[in-house]
Amino acid sequence: MELVWEGIKHACRLLLAGDAEVLGITLFSLQISGAATGLSLVAGIPLGILLAMKRFPGRSLAVSLINTGMGLPPVVVGLFVTIFLWRSGPLGFMELLYTPAAMIIAQVVIAFPIVAGLTMAAFQSLNPNLRLQLLGIGASTPQLLWLLCKEARLPLLAAIMAGFGGVISEVGASMMVGGNIRGQTRVLTTATVLETGKGNFEIAIALGLILLLLTFVVNLLLTHIQQREQIRWPKPS
Amino acid sequence: MAQALLTLRDILVRYGPSTILEISSLSIRAGEILAVMGPNGAGKSTLLRLMGLLQEPTQGKIYFHDREVNPSDGLAIRRRMASVFQEPLLLNASVYDNAALGLRLRGLDGRAIEQRIRPWLERLGIEHLANRQARTLSGGEAQRTSLVRALALDPELLLLDEPFSPLDPPTREGLLLDLERILRETGITTVFVTHDRDEAFMLGHRVAVLIDGKIHQVGAAAEVFLRPVNEAVAHFVGVDTKLPGVVETVCEGLAQVRFSGGCVEVAGDFQAGEQVLLCLRPEDITLSAPGEDFHSSARNRLIAKLVKIIPWGAHYRAELACGDSRLVALITRRSFLELKLQVGDDAVASFEATAVHVIRR
Amino acid sequence: MLAALALVLTVPAYLPAGETASKNVILSTTTSTQDSGLLDVLVPLFEKRSGSSVKTVSVGTGQALELAAKGEADVALVHAPSLEKKYVADGKLLNRRLVMYNDFIILGPANDPAKIKSTKSSAEAMKRIAASASRFVSRGDNSGTHNLEKSLWKIAGIQPKGEWYIESGQGMGATLGIANDRGAYTISDRATYLAFRKRVTLAILLEGDRPLLNIYSVMEVNPANGPRVNTTGGKAFADFMVAPETQVVIKSFGVEKFGQPLFIPVAGMREEQVGE
Repeated sequence: MELVWEGIKHACRLLLAGDAEVLGITLFSLQISGAATGLSLVAGIPLGILLAMKRFPGRSLAVSLINTGMGLPPVVVGLFVTIFLWRSGPLGFMELLYTPAAMIIAQVVIAFPIVAGLTMAAFQSLNPNLRLQLLGIGASTPQLLWLLCKEARLPLLAAIMAGFGGVISEVGASMMVGGNIRGQTRVLTTATVLETGKGNFEIAIALGLILLLLTFVVNLLLTHIQQREQIRWPKPS
Repeated sequence: MAQALLTLRDILVRYGPSTILEISSLSIRAGEILAVMGPNGAGKSTLLRLMGLLQEPTQGKIYFHDREVNPSDGLAIRRRMASVFQEPLLLNASVYDNAALGLRLRGLDGRAIEQRIRPWLERLGIEHLANRQARTLSGGEAQRTSLVRALALDPELLLLDEPFSPLDPPTREGLLLDLERILRETGITTVFVTHDRDEAFMLGHRVAVLIDGKIHQVGAAAEVFLRPVNEAVAHFVGVDTKLPGVVETVCEGLAQVRFSGGCVEVAGDFQAGEQVLLCLRPEDITLSAPGEDFHSSARNRLIAKLVKIIPWGAHYRAELACGDSRLVALITRRSFLELKLQVGDDAVASFEATAVHVIRR
Repeated sequence: MLAALALVLTVPAYLPAGETASKNVILSTTTSTQDSGLLDVLVPLFEKRSGSSVKTVSVGTGQALELAAKGEADVALVHAPSLEKKYVADGKLLNRRLVMYNDFIILGPANDPAKIKSTKSSAEAMKRIAASASRFVSRGDNSGTHNLEKSLWKIAGIQPKGEWYIESGQGMGATLGIANDRGAYTISDRATYLAFRKRVTLAILLEGDRPLLNIYSVMEVNPANGPRVNTTGGKAFADFMVAPETQVVIKSFGVEKFGQPLFIPVAGMREEQVGE
């Protein structure tokens, strides 16, 4: 247990001293996972809404794929993305392997089905007649989607948090496609694995704690947005 | 002749192999209230969605002000109508914000919205609830909010899909009366869907009866109510007594029709030998004890045996066997007590010749 | 909200631009080499000198060699001579040159139940461990260390089997931990042992025997292995590893931290000469 205490002390030292390398890794982790989550939202939310609201041939197949995708083991994703990005692979000419771009690609593959699947569930939990009623008072299609998103705000934000949480905490894919190269593709998770392997347990624990802190702060922010409307209860008249 | 606001022509709605709706022609006249009535699953909601341009028919055309409506100009025309559904379907916001939603969608600014919304909130009696959160409202209050939302849009066509069916009777009555007054005062063209015949006949200028996707009868409320055009409609509008019979003799506008329980005199132009169905509303049959000296102008008196008697609101509903057929009469509580009838006793059922509605078979 | 957005928007700065792509040299090496920290010193030196950017991919020995054989790397730095020679014979890897060596040590519980302390022969020590069925923890992961252990069993003429033989399938640090917990014997490279010395009570029971030498070689990837092999970059790095100035840096690495160098430079020597 003193190991954990040592880790906490080390974490504080690293953060307060503004250790450049650790801060760099933390910022980089946030950037990569933030970008991946952002891209997953841009692609995943519209797809989730489409799957929830429209019937089209092949829909059930698409839904099954998304649901399967939600449970993809990150390390398997990493393996397949690596094979694609190898010099001998179809995308090898882009020379993306062991770059931040490759990590973002892998993390999007992980986060996108989570966001799409949970968005779909969020919209399916809305009253099916709500769509008709909003159209029936004159909402255009963009207005309709905006209103439905606002109504489904709670589960939608949960989808975002789940997507972000899934990628900020994963290590298998990041390790494989990024290579954990110092100053280039090292994130908090891969750095933790490295330090553990080297036997530097205080540093490993410190990095792990910083990762937890980062995740906590991000989720705190999103939860605040999610729960904001709930706080204003009407006074009994 | 009132101008047609909305016309449906050669409409067909199919889901896979089953036909949900088949209507060759239906017009909504400007200024009228059309009640669309029918049993559950008849296609009433589908019909309303078609009218509101919320659903496209598998086949057929829709005309608004005599111009055909295309999907592309759908939004502009859709915004000249307003729909209210069975559930209030309010958003997670205040009553005011919910009521103002339609106007906000059309881009009106805050002051203009306020000017339009406040009077409507007053008119529907929910001004005092303006700042309440929608999810804290009772069913009736929520539906009133939904109505303000629609009415404030000043629509050319108001579409209501069974808006009061989930409410308890006193709330429903209150809302019905308020709505009736508002529609009368504003003259908004309205299509009102319901499975409750009392609502239909109370609000509707015209009534359309929709059964299994087809319109069996459209006409003035009194017409449909008293003179259903076939057995299905008759059953739905509350004609509980249906006697199949044959015309025996005809003389000066009166015909004698024989059925299993006796002979009935009816008014009308018939030919001997015609197969007919005699229809009577429960309110038109009076019961008396046999042998009683009964002064009445009713031309028809039949002896029937009391089979069932059940309380029916403030009345009693009596079922009597007459030949192979059943007669259903509605009598006041007082009359019933005075008659001292028991199940199994014979009674005299009397009714006017003119009260009988005859359907040719 | 806006801060978060601004943060994410700076990511494009990290994405590779077209013209620097060909200046990338992919070095495939092993986790233990990376963990020693030597490359953290050498790679920046090389990058400054050559202007290239080195991507160090540190994986298991088997994977490191396979990546090179597929042309997914430009140069390989590993320490599994028997395996390396196969790849060279197949023509997959070219120009094998020795760089440095360190050694393996046989560790075990201080009370030495198999009595291996009294022999100087590593093969003999393995025979005694097997004969006494004393617990032994193997890497079991086809790494350089594991291959060395297998070669010792071969020399001893023993197929290790039984409840006493534990295969961890994990890295050196974790394997040391298991051996420490179970009071078992194990083979480790000296560098990892030095890093973990404070955490384990295992004692060095045998060292210095020739088969325990851990020889590191650098090899260039045959451009025929795959598309886009950076042959100039790969050769430049290999040349760098055996260059005299670099060898000097290797010689002094680790002295400050551990009191002894972790590696001994042997560029230019023949394999039989190493260790004399």
